[in-house]
Amino acid sequence: MAADAKPRVKVPKSAAAGEVITIKTLISHIMESGQRKDKDGNKIPRSIINRFTCDFNGQNVIDITLEPAISTNPYFEFDATVPEAGEFKFTWYDDDGSVYEDSKPISVG
Amino acid sequence: MNANAIKAMLTSAAVVALSCGAAVAEQEPAPGVLVINGDIEITTEVKAPDYIDGLDMAYSGWRFRASETQAFELDDFDNPGMIFVEEAQVVWDTVDGSEGKSCASCHDGPESMKGVRAVYPKWNEAAGKVTTIEDEINNCRTTRMGAEAWDYNSDTIRSMNGLITLQSRGMPVNVAVDGPAKETWEKGKELYYARTGQLELSCANCHEDHYGDLIRAEVLSQGQINGFPVYRLKDSVLTGVHNRFKGCVRDTRAETYSPGSDEFRALELYVSSRGNGLSVEGPSVRN
Repeated sequence: MAADAKPRVKVPKSAAAGEVITIKTLISHIMESGQRKDKDGNKIPRSIINRFTCDFNGQNVIDITLEPAISTNPYFEFDATVPEAGEFKFTWYDDDGSVYEDSKPISVG
Repeated sequence: MNANAIKAMLTSAAVVALSCGAAVAEQEPAPGVLVINGDIEITTEVKAPDYIDGLDMAYSGWRFRASETQAFELDDFDNPGMIFVEEAQVVWDTVDGSEGKSCASCHDGPESMKGVRAVYPKWNEAAGKVTTIEDEINNCRTTRMGAEAWDYNSDTIRSMNGLITLQSRGMPVNVAVDGPAKETWEKGKELYYARTGQLELSCANCHEDHYGDLIRAEVLSQGQINGFPVYRLKDSVLTGVHNRFKGCVRDTRAETYSPGSDEFRALELYVSSRGNGLSVEGPSVRN
């Protein structure tokens, strides 16, 4: 587990039914590409977040595959329609098998 | 047309030519209003202090950046510098050294640092010299915590500086240039106008004479440091003032002073004073 991996999300606390809201997410992660070498010429092994998903009440909102060229601390901003009150669940998958999770409730009305 | 009329025309032509020359030499940035989190109003332009001869107005570097870069600062969630502030918060609460103390043991929360960034660098009577926030962090670590000093330019100290700076965000920069700090300030001024390196450039040659103009593909700012520590998109970490000075001096193809040297302390005080009245803006985002 990358020691410095820490997820952050920003979701409005409430929305009108059917409203489109903007969600911002960021995870601190080194996103080592696997293409670089250290001072001694040894390859620095790849260590990236390779997948990010967001679900709302069990329904998938977004599912992203990340590639090694993505910069450190990957940031995603996307829109989602909120049909009802519920919970957004966010999941990041690390190359080393670690899974980082966060969730945010949202009320309607 | 008589001779007088021709002379008058020539004079006005000369005036036009002169004013065009001035417009090319320094260009005011486009208007822009910076409000962070929809809440904290940042002063990005202010009348330059009377003791600064070369500037009429002081502008934050934010005003010279592209709108995409500027947007990073509107919401702290979008500001990548905040990641390092969060890291520093953990360090703030972590006990280190022989005395069994953390920053929080004496200072409680980082909110107690409100106002500090606005007045540093500042004369320290005990040390007998002008000190920076980095100096004071290390002073605390070595004399009160019994811990080892951090490298002046380490990631940790820059992040901690970011946490301390954040507490003063929105307050006007107000470093003292008189009293015991006067001598250091004068030394800083001398360095600011001293040409260095193979290119024989002083700070003023770019940042006073040509702000708003292009230097290769970048727009030159006034080199104000109210936004430090700054998250530079090209570096992906917070950058300290001295580290930035070093980069600039290196670009004149000179041997540079070291981060934490007395020369850079003096320069930091002087450059800070050029922006007295601008808001503390750090951790800011620049390219």
